[in-house]
Amino acid sequence: MTKKAAVIIAAVALLAAVYLHRGIVCRKASSSNPPAPAVTLTDLGGNAFNLSGYKGKVVLINFWAAWCTPCRGEIPQFTALQDKYGAQGFQTVGISLDDAESTLRDFCREAKVNYAIVMGNQKIAEAFGGVLGLPTTFLIGRDGRIHAKHEGETDFRKLEQEIKDLLQSRAQN
Amino acid sequence: MRFGENFAVRWLLTLVLVAGLSAVSRSQSSADLSPGSADLIRPEELAKALRSSAKPTVLNVGPKMIFVQAHIAGAEFIGPTNKPEGLEKLRARAASLPRDSFLVIYCGCCPWYHCPNVRPAYLELKQMGFTRLKVLYIATGLGSDWVEKGYPTAKGE
Repeated sequence: MTKKAAVIIAAVALLAAVYLHRGIVCRKASSSNPPAPAVTLTDLGGNAFNLSGYKGKVVLINFWAAWCTPCRGEIPQFTALQDKYGAQGFQTVGISLDDAESTLRDFCREAKVNYAIVMGNQKIAEAFGGVLGLPTTFLIGRDGRIHAKHEGETDFRKLEQEIKDLLQSRAQN
Repeated sequence: MRFGENFAVRWLLTLVLVAGLSAVSRSQSSADLSPGSADLIRPEELAKALRSSAKPTVLNVGPKMIFVQAHIAGAEFIGPTNKPEGLEKLRARAASLPRDSFLVIYCGCCPWYHCPNVRPAYLELKQMGFTRLKVLYIATGLGSDWVEKGYPTAKGE
């Protein structure tokens, strides 16, 4: 093996190792695409709404927390997705697993969040099958079923393609 | 040497000094917890240790919200050690442990490089003199790296 080839192989191996250690896990929901839980959520303005009210839309549920650095880093990208696809029937909901609501309002205002932010709790997390790491993001199709789950830092290129695919699909009644 | 060159040299030396100090600081706070470090324990290794006769004491230094949903079977909840109160609880719990205890700390709140809890906890326990301290390496989160692998898990407080 030439020295040049060895250097190239080493560089590729290093990049692969860095990518694998970034903590990105992305998987399709099970083939049965379980129904999204019909949980009642309350936004920072005190308005209660049920997730089932979004049936017919493509809904992105992002579990996050203000103490979670990668979570905060993703918010501008979720805001951009909401801007881009909102008119096509796409809705983002951020579910915070912070301990207190007080710091959240200021953070969301400064970050210019353009989607619903709600306070989560153990019951809501368990309704989604457990949220055992942040960030965790679910994609719900127009049929009200969970079509994808992203754990760890989101692959936004993949996520956006999933959103586009789901927006194009018809809701199945 | 003209003034402009002297100025540039001073700036260059300042940048080199800052970069060097930063590297030293990072090395002290993170080099021992880089993947492959001897102070890390992989999930499969901890699962094996938990089945052995020489089980470690396992302390959770992450958020309660995740702990109550699922935690390593037998782990004790301390709480987030990126906060002073969390470190205080850790100190209090660890105070009664022999310094040569087989001790494992873990969090799993978020991807490894961003976890705000394991590094402060690790440094605190090292300063207390623990010689058989391991940090559980969780690359992505507790769910994908432990629970979904079928390793021993419990729920509740």
